[in-house]
Amino acid sequence: MTPISTFHYLVVAAALFILGVIGVLTRRNVVIVLMSIELILNAVNLNLVAFSRLWGLHGQVFAIFVITDAAAEAAVGLGILIAFFRNKETVNVDEVDLMKW
Amino acid sequence: MEPVATTFFFYMLSGLAVLGGVLVITRKNPVHSALALILTLLALAGLYLMLYAPFVAGVQIILYAGGIMVLFLFVIMLVNIERSQKEEQFNQQWLVGILAAVALGALFIGAFVKGRKMFPQHLLPMPEQSNTQQVAVLLYGNYMFSFEIASLLLLVAIIGAVVMAKKRI
Repeated sequence: MTPISTFHYLVVAAALFILGVIGVLTRRNVVIVLMSIELILNAVNLNLVAFSRLWGLHGQVFAIFVITDAAAEAAVGLGILIAFFRNKETVNVDEVDLMKW
Repeated sequence: MEPVATTFFFYMLSGLAVLGGVLVITRKNPVHSALALILTLLALAGLYLMLYAPFVAGVQIILYAGGIMVLFLFVIMLVNIERSQKEEQFNQQWLVGILAAVALGALFIGAFVKGRKMFPQHLLPMPEQSNTQQVAVLLYGNYMFSFEIASLLLLVAIIGAVVMAKKRI
């Protein structure tokens, strides 16, 4: 068997990224859309850590910053979701059309 | 020390990660999706350990699987999921969405096939001890300013979440 190289990790990260993109573009439930965004961020994190095996530890530091961003994004996104649910009694993205004309 | 059975663990962990990702985007019940996402996050933590990043693996488990997913589960309990489970799960432009994702996948495959030679073949030598200390030196040395900005970002996120979720300020 071929030894595991950086390339293998990149393929796994690309697969997770595509799954996240499909989730964001096709699901109607806002909670699952937010979870798909977490999948995308995790794919990027796997890329960063895999490259840090090649070019030094900067990738790991960036992965930590990305995790911080994911926490902030989840908190604000779920807060918006609660405010939206209080007004409209639904969690479907296609009913978020207040600013559409 | 030479690691053992790297190939087997790599394929097992990445298989679990991709399986969890598929379950996240296909389940009807958001709670099941959240549990599948926890599976993905734990498998990714294992992959980080295989890449000699123990600190990132620990942060992944504590902060992602422990913190963010609990937040998600709390919000799922707050909103009413019974009604949305009976409704249509995929929106009308799902075909266009899948086509766009397939195009993106083709782009990735093209870039990987064409650019495979650009990756250096050698890896860095395996670290003798854990590299958490060097990560800390970078985090508090080179990236000091970014670290402070990140703390400011978290403060803004806390205030934003409270303002959004509270009924009356």
